[in-house]
Amino acid sequence: MQCARPVRLGQRREKRGGRLQMLFNYEIKALNLQKLMIGAMSHDPHHHHHSHDHDHDHDHHHHHHDHDHGSDLSQAAIRVRALETILTEKGYVDQAALDLIVETYETKIGPRNGAQVVARAWVDPDYRARLLQDGTAAIAELSFSGRQGEHIRVVENQDGLHHVVVCTLCSCYPWPVLGLPPVWYKSAPYRSRVVIEPRAVLADFGLVLPEDTKIRVWDSTAELRYLVLPQRPAGTEGWSEDRLAQLVTRDSMIGTGLALTPAQLAEEQAP
Amino acid sequence: MNGPQDLGGMMGFGPVKPEPHEPIFHAEWEKRALAITLGAAALGEWNLDMGRHARESLPPAIYYNASYYEIWTRALANMLAERHMVSAEELKLGHAIDPPVATKKPKATVAQVAQALASGTPYMRPANAPALFAVGDHVITKVMHPSTHTRLPRYARGKKGVIETVHGVFVYPDTNAHGLGEDPHWCYTVRFQGTELWGEESDPTVEVCVDCWEPYLQRINA
Repeated sequence: MQCARPVRLGQRREKRGGRLQMLFNYEIKALNLQKLMIGAMSHDPHHHHHSHDHDHDHDHHHHHHDHDHGSDLSQAAIRVRALETILTEKGYVDQAALDLIVETYETKIGPRNGAQVVARAWVDPDYRARLLQDGTAAIAELSFSGRQGEHIRVVENQDGLHHVVVCTLCSCYPWPVLGLPPVWYKSAPYRSRVVIEPRAVLADFGLVLPEDTKIRVWDSTAELRYLVLPQRPAGTEGWSEDRLAQLVTRDSMIGTGLALTPAQLAEEQAP
Repeated sequence: MNGPQDLGGMMGFGPVKPEPHEPIFHAEWEKRALAITLGAAALGEWNLDMGRHARESLPPAIYYNASYYEIWTRALANMLAERHMVSAEELKLGHAIDPPVATKKPKATVAQVAQALASGTPYMRPANAPALFAVGDHVITKVMHPSTHTRLPRYARGKKGVIETVHGVFVYPDTNAHGLGEDPHWCYTVRFQGTELWGEESDPTVEVCVDCWEPYLQRINA
C-alpha cells in the first residue's frame, strides 16, 4: 500500500531538502487526487505504478523486503511487522495461533460455504423454510458457524424484490458462509452509496434490475449478519446440489449480483 | 460519534470498483494484520465495540486515506498504547523494550484460537424485560449526536419506520464500547422507505433496513 509513502518521503525531505520538498508536496497531491478519483480505501492495483515511478526519483532504499504488488515495503507493512514482533516478544500472541487464523480464512472459510447453503435451499423446501426462519441454526446444519456468523439472517430474493447487504459503519459480513469481505465491500464508495442510490451501485456491478423491482438494502448496524438467498436460475431443473452450487457467486449472496445462468456457467468453465 | 466511519449517504467517493478474481489478501502484511488483530483481541483487554470505537476515533483524514487493514492496524496500535501494552518507543524500534503488563486472559493457544473461530462470540442475552415493540409497529428514531460510540447512523436519525423483525436482546454497544457494561436491550430491524431517508425526489422503489436497539426508538402513531 502506498498510503504511507508521504510520511516516508517527509522523513527523507528533512535530510535532503528543497527539491524533495517539492516532490513531496506534488506526490501528496497526486496521491490524494488519485484516491479521490478511484475512491478512498479501495484497492486499485493501478495505484502502484504511479507511486512506484515517483519513488525511483527520490531514493533507493526499501526496495526489497516484503512486498505488496512489487512496490516497496509500505508504512502499513512496517507497522504490522513491528506490532507482531513486539506482541510476540512480550508473550501476548502465539505465532502458531496467528498462523492458524490466516490459514483458516485463506483455505477453509469462503463463499463456497454459502453456495452450498443456497443450493440446499433450492432443492429442499423444508431446508429453505428453516433457513429463512432461523438462518444461524439452518446454516449450522451444514457445519458452518463461528466468528462473525453468530446471528445470521437470510433474506430471499423474489420476483419484484431484490435484497442487497452493506455495513455502512464498518465491515460487518457473514464470515462463516462468505469468508472475509472483498475490498470494495469495506470501501467508502460502496458503504456511502448503496443506501442512497442502490440502483446506481448495482449498475457498477453490471446488474440492471427492472425499474419496478423493489430494492431492500440491509445495513448491518448490529450483530445480525445478512446472507441473500438468490433466485434459482431457469433451466436448472433436475440439477444436483453440487452442480447448482457452482451457479452461486459470492456477489449473488451479497446482492450485488444474481446467480449465474447455465449459459454463464458454461462460458466461465470453457477452456 | 459522528466519526469518519459513518459513511451512509456521503458523496464524492467515486464508483464502486469490483475486482474480478480478487485475492483473499493483497499482501503478506494484510494476513498478519488480520492475525494480530484477532490474536490481540483474545487477551480480553477490549471488546468488539471498543475495537470499533478505536477505528472510528481515527482522524478522518487518516481513515479516508487508509485501506481497511490499515485502519485495523492503526486502531490496534492505539488500543495497545492506551493500555500500556506497547509503547511508542517500542513501535518505533520494532521490538519490545518493557516487560509485558498483566492481561485479563493469557495469550491464546492454537487450540483456543481454533475454538474461538469455530464458536464466535454470541452477543445475544436473556430477555430482561418485555419487548416494547412488535412487528408492524410504527417508530421514529431518536435525533442524537453522542460524542461516544453508537450504531445508529446519521442518515437514520429522526426518521420514521416500521418494525420489521424483533431479534431478541443484545449487548448494547453504546455502553459496552466505553467499559460501562453490556446493558443488554431489545434489538429490532426497522424498515424505512427510501423517500423518508433521502427525500421525495429519491428512488421510490428503495427501502433500507437498519438494526436498532430499543433506546434508539420511540413509538409513533401510524
